[in-house]
Amino acid sequence: MTVAPKREDYDVVVIGAGPAGLAAAATSAEAGLSTLLLDENVGPGGQVFRAISSTPVTDRNQLGADYWVGADLVRSLRASSAEVIHRATVWSLDRNLDIAVSVGGASAFVKAKRMILATGALERPFPIPGWTLPGVMTAGAAQTMLKSSALVPDGRTVIAGQGPLLWLLAAQILRLGGRIDRILDTTERGNYFAALPHALAFVTSPYFAKGLSMMREVKAKVQVVSGITELSASGDGQLASVSYVAGGKRETIPADLLLLHQGVVPNVNLAMSAGIEHRWDDLQLCWSPVLDASGNSSVAGIAIAGDGAGIGGANAAVVRGRIAARAAVEALVPAAAAKLAPMATLRSELAKAERGRVFLDTLFRPSPQFRIPTGDTIVCRCEEVTAKDVLDSVAIGATGPNQLKAYRRTGMGPCQGRLCGLTVTELMAQARNKTPQEIGYYRLRAPVKPITLAELAAVPKSGADVKAVVRG
Amino acid sequence: MRTEYDVAVVGGGLLGSAIAWGLGRLGKSVAVLDEGDITKRASRANFALVWVQSKGLGMPAYTVWTVQASQAWGRLASELKQQTGLDVSLQQNGGFHLALGEDEFGQRAELVKRMHNQSGAADYKMEMLSASEVKKSLPLIGPEVSGGSYCPLDGHVNSLRTFRAFHTGFKAFGIDYFPEQPVSAISKSGGEFRLTTPKGELRAAKIVLAAGNANQTLAPMVGLYAPMGPTRGQIVVTERTMPFLPHPLTTIRQTDEGTVMIGDSKEDELDDRTLKHSISAVMTDRAQRMFPHLSRLNVVRSWAGIRVMPQDGFPIYDQSETHPGAFVACCHSGVTLASNHAFEIARMVAQGALEPELVGAFSASRFGGAGTANNSGY
Amino acid sequence: MFKRSEQDKRPPVQIFVDGVAVAAREGDTVSAALLASSCDARRSTAVSGAPRLPYCMMGVCFDCLVTIDGVGNRQGCLVPVAEGMQVEIQKGKREIGR
Repeated sequence: MTVAPKREDYDVVVIGAGPAGLAAAATSAEAGLSTLLLDENVGPGGQVFRAISSTPVTDRNQLGADYWVGADLVRSLRASSAEVIHRATVWSLDRNLDIAVSVGGASAFVKAKRMILATGALERPFPIPGWTLPGVMTAGAAQTMLKSSALVPDGRTVIAGQGPLLWLLAAQILRLGGRIDRILDTTERGNYFAALPHALAFVTSPYFAKGLSMMREVKAKVQVVSGITELSASGDGQLASVSYVAGGKRETIPADLLLLHQGVVPNVNLAMSAGIEHRWDDLQLCWSPVLDASGNSSVAGIAIAGDGAGIGGANAAVVRGRIAARAAVEALVPAAAAKLAPMATLRSELAKAERGRVFLDTLFRPSPQFRIPTGDTIVCRCEEVTAKDVLDSVAIGATGPNQLKAYRRTGMGPCQGRLCGLTVTELMAQARNKTPQEIGYYRLRAPVKPITLAELAAVPKSGADVKAVVRG
Repeated sequence: MRTEYDVAVVGGGLLGSAIAWGLGRLGKSVAVLDEGDITKRASRANFALVWVQSKGLGMPAYTVWTVQASQAWGRLASELKQQTGLDVSLQQNGGFHLALGEDEFGQRAELVKRMHNQSGAADYKMEMLSASEVKKSLPLIGPEVSGGSYCPLDGHVNSLRTFRAFHTGFKAFGIDYFPEQPVSAISKSGGEFRLTTPKGELRAAKIVLAAGNANQTLAPMVGLYAPMGPTRGQIVVTERTMPFLPHPLTTIRQTDEGTVMIGDSKEDELDDRTLKHSISAVMTDRAQRMFPHLSRLNVVRSWAGIRVMPQDGFPIYDQSETHPGAFVACCHSGVTLASNHAFEIARMVAQGALEPELVGAFSASRFGGAGTANNSGY
Repeated sequence: MFKRSEQDKRPPVQIFVDGVAVAAREGDTVSAALLASSCDARRSTAVSGAPRLPYCMMGVCFDCLVTIDGVGNRQGCLVPVAEGMQVEIQKGKREIGR
C-alpha cells in the first residue's frame, strides 16, 4: 500500500523516478541528505526503464542492454536512505518550494530546501488526420505495454514516424513475436544533408553502432517505406486504413493499429506551473527550461534534470540527475559533497553522453506538415478543436494560446495542453508570421494533474481563508 | 493600417467589446485597442453570471440598471446568434444563493430585507426560500443547506463564447481590432484624440476608456476620474459531468459544456499568477456540502483573476468636460451589464452625451475629492 | 489488437468489464488489460461522443478514462488491475454520483 510522506520537510525532493530522478535521489541520499522521491507510476523506471522491477519480459536480449542499466540505478536507490513513494501525483508546486502531492486519494504537503524536477519527456504530438481514431496510438504507448505487460501487436500494424525510439520499438516488437506490417519513415530527405556536418560526433557516439544494427535487424523483417510526405488514418469509429504518399505516389493499406512517433519533448507542465522560465528551442522545436550548468532553473532552489531539461536521452539524464543532486548537496552541506563524484568528472561524462545529439536532432527534426496541421485535423484532442478553428480564432484577433483558450477552449480539458500545446504555438506562429517564442505558451496553474474535489476540499484552511469566501 | 475612426475604444475585454460592437451596430467606424496574450483579463477569468439579486444595496439606480440589463440580455443573445451563428447559451430561469446553517440563512434574510426596504426597490423580486422549497428546484442539495435566496431574474451565460461572438461580430461590422497595442498616452488636438501605442498613433473623434482597472491611469489623461479598488478572486472548475444543476448559484454554476465552476473568493492580493489552495479548499468544501455528489468529481483547473472594481463597487460611466468626446466606462459586472453596454452606452456615446436620467448616478463625481472638479455629473 | 507473450508468467487476475469477466495479469494496468482483451473498450468523449481508445499509456492524454469500481473518469493507464475490479466503459460525460 502506498503511504504518505513520512516528514513535512526534506532537504531534497525529487519528482519522477526515471533515469534522472533515480540517479538524483540516490546521489542526494548517499550524501546524507534527507531525500524524498515522488513518482506517479506503480514502480520505478519512468518511461525508458518502464517496469524495470516487474517486467514479465525475462529474456534480457529482447529489451536490450540499455534497458537493464535501469536495474542498477534502482538497486543504488534502494540501497540508499531515500524515501520513495510511487503512485504519488504531484499536483502543485510553487516558487516557495511548497509541494502538494496526492497519494491514495489524499493530499500531503511537503516543503523542500531544494527540488530536482525529473519529469522527463512525452511524445511530440503527431496531429495527422484521424489521429484520434481508436487504433491509433503512440509508439511509446506500445512500448509501455511491451515492457510492463509483455504485450505486442498482433493485428495489421503500421508504425509511422521517425527517430531512434521508433526503431528500438520495432526491434523489440519483432523479438517478442509481434506483428509489424509496414514502417513508414517520415524523415525528411533534406535532413540527411543538414545533419551531415554533425555526423562525425555521432559516429563516435555510442548510439551509432547500436542504431545501425537495430535498423538492419528491423529492415530484414519488415517492409520500410521512406520519404513519407503525407500521412493519414481513417476508419468509421475505428482505424481501418492508413494512407500515405511517398515519392509522389499515394498508397492506402488496411490497418488495425497505427503507432506514431516523431520524437519526444520535455514534459513542462509542472515546471511551468511553478513559474520556471522556458524558452523555445529552435533545434528541438519545443519549450526547454532556462538552466545553468548544474540544472538550476530561474526559480531559486529548483533544478531540472533529465529530458525535462531538454531532450538528451537516458545516458545524459542519469548524469544530469547526478549533477543536479551534487549541486544541491554543495549548496546545503558542502562537506558532504566530498563523498560524491567530482563535478568535473560528471561534466565530462555529460559531454560524452550528449555527443551526437545535434546530429540526431537535425536528422530527426520532424517535418512541418506533421507538426502543423491544416483543415479539419484535430489539434486539441480533449476539446476537439481543429486546425481551422484555431486559424479562425487568429483571424478574429487571438494573438496567443491564452486568448485562443478564451475563444475555443483549447488546452482546457483534462490533459491541460500536453497533447495540443506545441501544435497550438507552432500553428499560431505560422499563421501570425511570428516565432514560437513570441507566441508563447499556455499559462499553467495547479492542479497540474486532476485531483478530486473532496481532496482539494480537505486542504487545511485558516479563518482568513474562510473569510475570503463566506460573505453574507 | 487605418488610423482615423469615429470612436476608439481602449480595452478589448467584455466591456470594451460590448460597447465597440454596439457602436459598430450603429454604423460607426470603430477601432478597439487591446493588450496581448498575457495580461490581466477579467473577461477570461470571470464567473459568467447574469445576476440581479443583491445588486444595488446602497445605490438604487444600480438595481434599476442591472434589472434593465437582465431584461435586455435576451435581445443581445439573439442578435449575436443571428449575426455570428454563435449560441452564447443564455439561461435566465432564476438563480439561488444557498446558505449553510442557520446563521448564514439569517444573514442572507437580513440582506434581502434591507434590499426590499431600500427606496426605489419596491418590486424587488428577491425572496428567501426554506431548504425544502429550495429542494423542489435543486433536488440534489445536501442536508446542511438551510435554504437560500432566490431571484427569478437571475441567470448565466457562456461568457467566453460571448466574448468570441463580439469579436466575430467585429468583422461583420467592420470594426478594427488591434491586439498587442496598449495605449500609453492620449491627447486631444485639432478636435480629435490621438492615442499613442507601440505600433504608432491612432486618431479618433471620440474615445471610450474601457481598460478595466487600468482606467484609473488612463482617465486623468483626458480629464476623467476612475478610482479603482481591484480584488482577487479564485475559481475552481471540474471535469464535464451530466447536467445536474438547473439553476445557477452565486458560487456554483454548471456550464453548458458540463463543467462545474466554483467561486468566489475575494482578497486584496493582486498577483493573478499565484493561487491559495487553502482558499480553493474553502470554496470546494462549501460546494460539496451544498451538493454532496460533487465531492467525487475531478478538479481539472483552477485560476485566480483580478476583478475590475470601482472603489465603491458601483459602475462608473462618465464623460469629460475638459476633453469633450472622451468617455470612461468601468464596472465589476461586465457580463451582466453587457447588454446595457452594447445597446445603451454605445447609443449614448454615438450621440455624444451620456443621459443623466439613465446613468447620471454613475458619474465619478460621487467620489468627491481628486479629479472630480472636471466632472459635471451630467 | 495486442497479444500476450508466452514468457509472461505473471499470475492471472480476473476483472469485470461491463459485467463480463476478463482475464488480466498481475501488474497490468486497467488500460493494458482492456487492450489485451477482446472486449470493445472504446469510450465516447464528453464533447462530441467520438469513440476513443488509450493513446499515450503514460498518464498524459486522458483518452483512457474509464469507470473503475464505480468511480468515473479514472486514468486506466495508471491504475493497476485488482482481483474482482469492476470496470465500466464510459459513454459521454461522467454521470452524477459516479
